[in-house]
Amino acid sequence: MIEVGTVLSEKVFYLDRALLKQYADASGDQNPIHQNEEFALSVGLPNVIAHGMLTMALVGKYVSDFAGGSANVLEYGARFVKPVIVPAGEKVDLTVCATISEIEDGKISLTLSATSAGVKVLGMAKAVIRK
Amino acid sequence: MLNPDSVGRTFAGTESITISQSEIDSFCAVIGETDTEVAPPTFTIRITLSQFEAFLTQPDVGLDWSRLVHGDQKFEIFSPVKAGDVLTCDATIESYRVAAGNEIVSVRSDLHRAGSVVVSAWSTLVVRA
Repeated sequence: MIEVGTVLSEKVFYLDRALLKQYADASGDQNPIHQNEEFALSVGLPNVIAHGMLTMALVGKYVSDFAGGSANVLEYGARFVKPVIVPAGEKVDLTVCATISEIEDGKISLTLSATSAGVKVLGMAKAVIRK
Repeated sequence: MLNPDSVGRTFAGTESITISQSEIDSFCAVIGETDTEVAPPTFTIRITLSQFEAFLTQPDVGLDWSRLVHGDQKFEIFSPVKAGDVLTCDATIESYRVAAGNEIVSVRSDLHRAGSVVVSAWSTLVVRA
């Protein structure tokens, strides 16, 4: 039973350098901070970081799954509060969860949470789906 | 620095963009989406960001794209994007401010298909001091 306050099942995605390269090619965003460690360090980052939009795309997959398909996602937004840091040779987690915040007129609003290594990476993350 | 006179300007994309199944497939593969009939909700960022770059780095606007970070992003999807869609994009600079030396620019893009808006997207872009 879905009602306001229902917490949905958590899902964990894993990111590595290969996925960042794959996203760079699929999205066209070839910014070197997402692929080149030397460059990332040179601009003051702790390591290579995932594209914020890759994080958002993965959380979007979580939303689409709950909605019964991408075609049912009506609104989706988030603030990028901390980067997902992806060291070489590692798989880092992106742990996603959601709470039902509103149900109205065939639409369901979700408040989303997304963390990596225990750190909140998206803020104000919300979606509205048709259900 | 962004030219403050740019705030409120709307830039119309001149070229139409045809969406291919292979680019939807590539995007879906990254996130493990097996249903490729419609594009995932954030797919159109690949159009929007490149259009923003083209508009905002024009000499009379003057944004420094090289020091840019993405602050936030929102999509409203009125009609899912599919392969074969022919889209045009326009972008409006909605607001601009400078805080602690960082430039904070809010831009909106509308993707149109046959005269109707299919996706509106809002991005906050931050040029680091």
